[in-house]
Amino acid sequence: MGRYALRRLLQMIPVFIGSTFLIFFMVYALGDPVAALFGDKAPDPATAARIRQDLYLDEPLWRQYVHYMGQVFSGHFGTAFNGQPVTELMASAFPVTLRLTVVAIVFEMALGITLGVLSGLRRGRGLDTSVLLLTLVVVAVPTFVSGTVLQYLFGVTWGWARPSVSPEAPLTELLLPGVVLGLVSLAYTTRLTRTSIVENARADYVRTAVAKGLPRHRIVTRHLLRNSLIPVVTFIGTDIGALMGGAIVTERIFNIHGVGYQLYQGILRQNSPTVVGFVTVLVIVFLLANLLVDLLYAVLDPRIRYA
Amino acid sequence: MRGAPYSLRARRALSALCVSAVALPLTACGGGDGGAEDGVVRSSWGDPPNPLEPANINDVQGGKVLDMIFRGLKRYDPRTGEAKNALADRIESSDQRNYTITLKKDRRFANGEKVTAASFVNAWNYGARIDHKQRNAYFFEYIEGYDKVHPVSGGAPTAKTLSGLRVKDERTFTVRLTQKFSTWPKTLGYNAYAPLPRAFFEDHATWLRKPVGNGPYQVRSYTKGSVMKLRAWDGYRGPDKARNKGVDLRVYTDNNTAYTDLQAGNLDLVDDVPAQQLKFVRSDLGDRYINQPAGIIQTLTFPMYDRAWSGPAKAKVRRGISMAINRAQITERIFHGTRTPATDWTSPVLRRQGGYQPGLCGDACRYDPARARKLIKAGGGLPGGRMTITYNADSGSHKDWVDAVCNSVNTVLRSDRACVGKPVGTFADYRNKMAGKEMTGPFRAGWQMDYPLIQNFLQPLYYTGASSNDGHFSDTGFDRMVNQANAASADGRAIAGFRDAEKVLAEQMPAIPLWYQNGSAGYSQRLSEVALNQFSVPVYAQIRVG
Repeated sequence: MGRYALRRLLQMIPVFIGSTFLIFFMVYALGDPVAALFGDKAPDPATAARIRQDLYLDEPLWRQYVHYMGQVFSGHFGTAFNGQPVTELMASAFPVTLRLTVVAIVFEMALGITLGVLSGLRRGRGLDTSVLLLTLVVVAVPTFVSGTVLQYLFGVTWGWARPSVSPEAPLTELLLPGVVLGLVSLAYTTRLTRTSIVENARADYVRTAVAKGLPRHRIVTRHLLRNSLIPVVTFIGTDIGALMGGAIVTERIFNIHGVGYQLYQGILRQNSPTVVGFVTVLVIVFLLANLLVDLLYAVLDPRIRYA
Repeated sequence: MRGAPYSLRARRALSALCVSAVALPLTACGGGDGGAEDGVVRSSWGDPPNPLEPANINDVQGGKVLDMIFRGLKRYDPRTGEAKNALADRIESSDQRNYTITLKKDRRFANGEKVTAASFVNAWNYGARIDHKQRNAYFFEYIEGYDKVHPVSGGAPTAKTLSGLRVKDERTFTVRLTQKFSTWPKTLGYNAYAPLPRAFFEDHATWLRKPVGNGPYQVRSYTKGSVMKLRAWDGYRGPDKARNKGVDLRVYTDNNTAYTDLQAGNLDLVDDVPAQQLKFVRSDLGDRYINQPAGIIQTLTFPMYDRAWSGPAKAKVRRGISMAINRAQITERIFHGTRTPATDWTSPVLRRQGGYQPGLCGDACRYDPARARKLIKAGGGLPGGRMTITYNADSGSHKDWVDAVCNSVNTVLRSDRACVGKPVGTFADYRNKMAGKEMTGPFRAGWQMDYPLIQNFLQPLYYTGASSNDGHFSDTGFDRMVNQANAASADGRAIAGFRDAEKVLAEQMPAIPLWYQNGSAGYSQRLSEVALNQFSVPVYAQIRVG
């Protein structure tokens, strides 16, 4: 297991370098960002040239990349155009998005697995059908619609929550946006759990457990659910990365100054240090989450061994 | 900014729900106060893209802050746009080229330091020098010695300071310009000319984190990207002391959210009503909605460097295209009256005495399908039988109106394919294409004035080789008239001179005036006496709370 984890960690290095280069290249391909710094006015060529030189933009792409990676390995992610170090942006953005992601994940896990188990155990009955319909609706409604509608209902009509999140982004204010962010994943979690439960309900070990005369709740939680969770955990694991990176829409609606916001600004302003820096960290998060999922398999199903 | 396609119908339905919900005892429409501080205005803000130095800010959001924490030599009257003395006691010249500036007595920065002649001279020298990479460096280009501190080639400067600036005593300094420029003193209300305290030069990083100025407000705290808290400064001695206790500028990534927050009572002032809400804003806010002219004009500029579009015959085509655009309909349908059809190349905020002349464009700006067809035909038709309108697709709702303009042209020319929009992915790329002379047809151009002067609407845009002459228009007659106007000793004669130059534009039509853009704002019931200045920035100091 230790060797397995180590191998996986080593495999991350080429993935990391490859992905950063790709992102770097893509942002670079968008063109020269300096002109936009001058707004609707034509830049003064001398000043623009100086800024370009300052940002290493006058060098060929590979040298820019080498310079950038050199910075990254010394823990410095470059400077955004407004003069702020990217690490400072990260320090303010990642905790916020992390909190938001935690709310979303907890929400989708707690509610999604519960609903999935309930409807899986009552296959074909009223509850199952209504949950099925509900998840269909949730999947079909895009986040910007559900987000705006819930924001309007809770924030303006009923006044139960603030429509926007304050800069400190306390957990209580992130409840509503977290729910919005987790909604679509919630539906998938429910469906996955349900299918898995239905499948495993006829498995031999469940029949054995029933034959042994174990109490029902013990059969469900210890035997049935634990084995059924493997696909669900896989999904949730990959979802962590997806939620963090994909929070752009939710963060915009609720004015949360997290990763999505910084990425959006970075792309809009073609600020390669910001975009590459943030995506790099997201890539790491994604890789680590995947590793965690793979290691969790053995915990859930003792038959799985790592070599 | 491109907004998320919010569902308006849903919103209306919800409003109806809200009304019915009032009947229930436990629910209320409107919502909480969101932590409103007594006497403090909560206002929406956008993250300034550049560091907050006076000579480095060229966007409205950063300008908003500078306008609150700085006062320069002049200040534009928020109502009339007239340049009035602020810190300047007198600005004198006998030849329109050498100026002597005397400051008012006993003005201070918020950190207690005196505002002296050196505060200005040092700040201007800083702004002009190429090593500091200030976006607005070119504002100092008329001062003698600019080419030494800011070589056009971009190389190392041969001087550290502008030779045209001399401190005479604590309250007096002199300025020598490279050419006659009669309206120059009136440009000094622009933020780039603000004075700077010693702290700016001694500890630049600290100053940037918490700027110190000499205006009616001082910065209490600044969290980049989220909020800037400004509080009224008691030591301010100007006539426009703050009438509220302070202003919290909150960064919103989406103006729809800001608008929702205003409705929920979490925000007091939005100065950018989202396009999607314009239909409802009157019923939502009543007279708490402001829609008034700002110093912004939108044009379709032609690439005069492209032979297909230049030459006398094509002037007819350009005029014809202008006549083919139904401005009235587009401003009403697409912009809901937040733009006004343009009939000259300036802006109504200049007012007539400042050089605005409605109708100067004449017939060429009037919708006339029959004559448009005739003119385009007489000029040899569209080059290659068709044209594209280039715009950047990443911000604003440019696509909507470009398509509408093309539609209008197509209808007039009775062809579906005569005109099509041509989007460019990002604004930066768009600017680069413009700078690289890669435009093959008319392209969108917007001009936001730096100061309310007719000179600012003409010279930077249409003078040969001027900084923002993106179409590379060049006409000796136009240039001569601008030079004469700049050399005129009397105000009225300068303005008349610029008007004459503007008539050259009406004839040659290097850029089609489309519409004047309005500033729009909405505010909560907590506020009164909210107004926008000509730059569409709220006049914060005069807002009353409660």
